[in-house]
Amino acid sequence: MKKTLMLAGLLAASPALADEKPVLTVYAPEYFTSEWGPGPAIEKGFEAVCACDLQFVAGDVLPRVLLEGDKTEADVVIGLNTDVLARARATGLFAPHNEDTSALTLPIAWNDDTFLPFNWSETAFIYDKTKLANPPASFQELLDAPDDAYKIAIQDPRSSISGLALLLWVKSVYGDKAGEAWAKLAPKILTVTPGWSEAYGLFTDGEADMVLSFTTSPAYHIIAEEDDTKVAAIFPEGHYFMTEVAAQMKTTDTPELAQSFMDYILSEAFQGMIAMANWSYPAVIKEGFLPEGFAALPRPEKTFFYTEDEAEALRVPALAEWEAALAH
Amino acid sequence: MGSGARALIWPALAAALVAALVLVPLGAVTIRAGGFGGLRGGDLSALWFTLWQAAVSAMLSCLLALPVARALFRRRFAGRGPLISLLGAPFILPTVVAVMGLIAVFGRRGMVNAALGGFGLPEFSIYGAHGVIVAHVFFNLPLATRMVLHGWQSIPSERLRLAASLDFGPHEIQRHLEWPMLRSVLPGAFLAIFLVCLTSFAVALILGGGPGATTVEVAIYQAFRFDFDLGRAASLALVQVAICVAALTLTARITRGESFGAGLDRPLATPLGQGALLRMQDGLAILLATAFLLLPIGAIVVRGLPALADLPPSIWAATRISLTLATVSTLLTLALALPLALAAPRRRWAETAAMLPMAASALVIGTGLFLIARAFVNPTSLTLPVTLIANATLSLPFAVRILLPEVRTLQNDYDRLAASLGLSGFARLRYLTLPRLARPLGFSTGIAAAFSMGDLGVITLFSDGRTQTLPLALFQLMGAYRMDQAAAAACLLMALTFALFWACDRIGHHADPR
Repeated sequence: MKKTLMLAGLLAASPALADEKPVLTVYAPEYFTSEWGPGPAIEKGFEAVCACDLQFVAGDVLPRVLLEGDKTEADVVIGLNTDVLARARATGLFAPHNEDTSALTLPIAWNDDTFLPFNWSETAFIYDKTKLANPPASFQELLDAPDDAYKIAIQDPRSSISGLALLLWVKSVYGDKAGEAWAKLAPKILTVTPGWSEAYGLFTDGEADMVLSFTTSPAYHIIAEEDDTKVAAIFPEGHYFMTEVAAQMKTTDTPELAQSFMDYILSEAFQGMIAMANWSYPAVIKEGFLPEGFAALPRPEKTFFYTEDEAEALRVPALAEWEAALAH
Repeated sequence: MGSGARALIWPALAAALVAALVLVPLGAVTIRAGGFGGLRGGDLSALWFTLWQAAVSAMLSCLLALPVARALFRRRFAGRGPLISLLGAPFILPTVVAVMGLIAVFGRRGMVNAALGGFGLPEFSIYGAHGVIVAHVFFNLPLATRMVLHGWQSIPSERLRLAASLDFGPHEIQRHLEWPMLRSVLPGAFLAIFLVCLTSFAVALILGGGPGATTVEVAIYQAFRFDFDLGRAASLALVQVAICVAALTLTARITRGESFGAGLDRPLATPLGQGALLRMQDGLAILLATAFLLLPIGAIVVRGLPALADLPPSIWAATRISLTLATVSTLLTLALALPLALAAPRRRWAETAAMLPMAASALVIGTGLFLIARAFVNPTSLTLPVTLIANATLSLPFAVRILLPEVRTLQNDYDRLAASLGLSGFARLRYLTLPRLARPLGFSTGIAAAFSMGDLGVITLFSDGRTQTLPLALFQLMGAYRMDQAAAAACLLMALTFALFWACDRIGHHADPR
């Protein structure tokens, strides 16, 4: 009896909404909705203009949509990575975003009519310039460096999106020679972590000399910690593009609201806060959208990106190459 | 016989519930997938790595536990009680926290390599299969030590006195007391540790150093999250369950429910083993175990303490939710564990049901529950109940494993006396069972509480984006570059988890009439 009461009490603790406003349900990744993610600012900003109640459902976005099929509660999903777009598109559950993609200021061409990017960055190795005397000046230099020159923490491509992006990065630079590149990289890899956080923790604790992260990572240290020692190694060969996208559902019961949320994504209010809330570049960069330290970050000359079909075709063989080079 | 059948109602209900919780979600995933999927070549090597690392980790943990438990049993010194509690700490640490602690000690910039470097010795690398094993021993040595120590403590002092008066040396004690005791305790400890290591995920990935150290659980994760191949995930999950059942059958054959007969619960006047050599040997065992188990924990505290004051206020709300969840799911665990443990010595099905959750993949259970729940309600409204049930089920095997050897002893020693006194039902529970099981009950309650504090495996599909637990907050802090605050949250999580564990453990200790 007592247990039932406690359960009931716990259930009541999750907020129930009594007012009449229409509800927009947005599926988002776990990181989104914490007070350190962009979720709270998006919710506040959109609710100020929509006369609605935006409710985030945080978790594994695509697995959840795939499990729910056309009975999904989602009106909009946000935070999908490019590696899952082929599978997402195949469900036929997503509706066109109806936005003008020529407004986007991405380093690559984007004219997909379903998935709308809202932030972006590129893969990069981050190091501490006070600790690493001779950082690699190019990808080739990194590969050719002695085995004990640097110890790098990377992420597992089987469990992490940035880990998968590294596979595609190596593939973009080295193509058919990617297997040999991995063989040269392998002795310098300290370890492979399940997600980005663990690897980055190894780096900030000084255990790893370099970490696979993003070209925008130093911005956090510069702006939030006033620490300019963490820098991205910019390689002339180029860096791999990473973006997160949003899409509206065909099955939504509030199509106007979902569409106005898609409009909101490209608005100044939304794009202007991405840099600081997400530590990545906004999909639309205008005057004043990037804080000073952010705008001054070095930019790669070249940005690679595989279309989703190319990436899907490359994934399995690239993974096999990676496994073969690193299994020891 | 009527009362015997009635006594089986509770364990049967508990067993049915647990089996349903493990197997029905697996069934739901399989149905959704349209059948089991084929395995890949890589899955077989994952299976091989999983099996051998789990076997070696369990073997080492058990072997190393023997001298430590013997030393802790033989020696009396100031702070012995708290030290025994403290040595239990690694087992209850959230994985990521523990791995960070281990890296602070054994990593490239860790204390061990600093010392080695000081002597001009080559660097030791923790990354690789051996690192996974070191971490697993770190996690599980405490469990093995406590289980063996409970075994020692359940030998009546009269037997030890008799041994002393017969002038038994260490070898005779080993042969006549320790070995029979170990045959009842050790196979269970080995099994529990083997099964924990079987489903290893984060440890295997972070310390494994690469795809050479892939476990079945990693393969399940990949099949589910990246390939969305539910059929293959279900097949792999079934493989885990099959290994669990096989391991269970094997250990049941080896285990002997050894009984030394009931004693009079008199305290042990002169501890065993008074020779100088034995003292030194025991001192060394305790010292090494303490250093190995407590240095990483110290490192976590040193790393986390400075930023503790910077933690945002929301952390305290998350702390409250975590504490409430832990309390309720611990009560649930106990309600399931006690009937199952009491039935297990005579009914094999009770033990099998209790151990099943150990082999269950959290990801598959979570997905299955989600599929089932969705047919009736909006799953996000079930965030908390599902977390509770999942945590309670996942800590059940440990609770039962810890209780089981002493339940066997209890039933061997007191069943006839209780029957002759007509002691049954509630009276038996109140005056015989609970007091005699107080010590392992306290320990297993502590473990269950600690597990529920640290676990976040099942919640992700059910998350409503608002219910933030302490481990989730820790991950979100890490994911938002706030590594110092994450270290502080880890420190807080560890302190609270240990406080819960310690309180339960001590209550059990004090409630023990011996």
